[in-house]
Amino acid sequence: MSFLDTFFNAAVMARYAPDILRGLLVTIRLAALVVVTGLGTGLALALLRSLGIRPLNWAIVFVVDAFRALPPLIIIVLIYFGLPGAGWAPSPFVSTWVSLALVLMAFAEEIFWAGLTAIPAGQWEAARSTGLGFGQTLAHVVLPQALRLTIPPLTNRTIAITKGTALGSVVALSEILGAASSAVSNSYNPSPLTLGTAAYLVLFIPVVAFGRWVETRFAWKR
Amino acid sequence: MIQARAIHKHFGALHVLRGVDLAVAERELVFVIGPSGSGKSTLLRCLNRLEEPSSGSIVIDGIDLLDKRTDINRVRQRIGMVFQSFNLYPHMTALGNVTLAVRKVGGKSRAEADAIGLAALERVGLADRADHHPAQLSGGQQQRVAIARAVALEPRVMLFDEPTSALDPELVGGVLKVMRELRESGMTMVVVSHEMGFARSAADRVIFMADGAIVEQGTPEAVFGAPVEARTRAFIGQIQRHA
Ligand SMILES: Nc1ncnc2c1ncn2[C@@H]1O[C@H](COP(=O)(O)OP(=O)(O)O)[C@@H](O)[C@H]1O
Ligand SMILES: [Mg+2]
Repeated sequence: MSFLDTFFNAAVMARYAPDILRGLLVTIRLAALVVVTGLGTGLALALLRSLGIRPLNWAIVFVVDAFRALPPLIIIVLIYFGLPGAGWAPSPFVSTWVSLALVLMAFAEEIFWAGLTAIPAGQWEAARSTGLGFGQTLAHVVLPQALRLTIPPLTNRTIAITKGTALGSVVALSEILGAASSAVSNSYNPSPLTLGTAAYLVLFIPVVAFGRWVETRFAWKR
Repeated sequence: MIQARAIHKHFGALHVLRGVDLAVAERELVFVIGPSGSGKSTLLRCLNRLEEPSSGSIVIDGIDLLDKRTDINRVRQRIGMVFQSFNLYPHMTALGNVTLAVRKVGGKSRAEADAIGLAALERVGLADRADHHPAQLSGGQQQRVAIARAVALEPRVMLFDEPTSALDPELVGGVLKVMRELRESGMTMVVVSHEMGFARSAADRVIFMADGAIVEQGTPEAVFGAPVEARTRAFIGQIQRHA
């Protein structure tokens, strides 16, 4: 069999393209949910931590360190195969979503926290001295500056974790990789993997480009 | 205007303010000098509760600052503070810096706040820089914007913590000029600074602090010209040699 027949077999590709397309849609939905919930909860934890309540901060640091230390695949497996024993049986989609969101939450919390603590105390003091409250100072003075600092590390981390959607194939989630793998075993031909690769590029090149755009858009003259 | 009595401040084992009494009359300009570490900044910061005094009482414009029921954010609007390092918000324009609290604390609409902010920038001679970000302004201009930020809230008292110490010498004059004009408009001011020339021409009273206490005070002529305490004499001799 020639290289072209192996990797670019038109008949196989045409046959399985709809499956890969469905997988692409699953990946898009999953990625969007992971990004929104992961970044949202990460920011919420960082803001909670800025209140400076000791026991709460210990709990946050413990949770964050745990989810930064565990490989995402382990978390997916634990949730999908372990939680049913505890009485809740999440679907492959939910298992993958929750796992990746927890990992993104943990890394995002650390990045947001680093951004918040990088803002000099003088900014707080100047704002508070004009009568702005804690929340107002955070919202209008500290957070806008902190977010700009966090955009580069945050985009990188978000992209890295979102690519982990492919791990869903391990728990039989038909995202791009899952759809491509079953197509390969059914057709005895790797061409669906080519399609899958193309699907990832189509999905993630715009995401990477968007990250680059955001970085330049929010850079400001210091 | 300001009645501070028996102010003590501890940072852990460090006893930084050791019973400071400070009364400032309306329209008075009190000038505070003293060696580094003597507690001048801590005293100023206690006067708007950026620092919580360990004990003592502070009444400003009739309001008990240390009363738990006092809405500190409302009082702070009435007490302007200017910092050595300007502390402008880098992500906002000069006008944005000046109008933020006017809108969020003063409750003014954006249009009203912009008018107030432009008037305040006009007072410090920077109305034409309203759209500039802090990084596009010189240190002296940044400090004048910081003064405008406080002035826009129509404070009853202004606190200055070494407002010209971070500036190149040629930029000091512009800031002092703005402070002099504020003083002439009747603002009550407490100024921590080493600018003796400004003190001589603008201060009603000079206070010398050392080791967390007021050692000596009087008119600029008395304190600079004929200091009574040996420590005052030594300190003034030092800064005059460097001036
Ligand atoms: N937040 C703080 N924590 C601990 N020590 C402090 C703090 N702020 C000031 N100090 C100490 O208090 C003393 C007085 O400081 P400060 O009021 O800044 O003096 P000055 O303004 O006269 O130079 C110094 O010894 C300083 O190290
Ligand atoms: Mg100081």
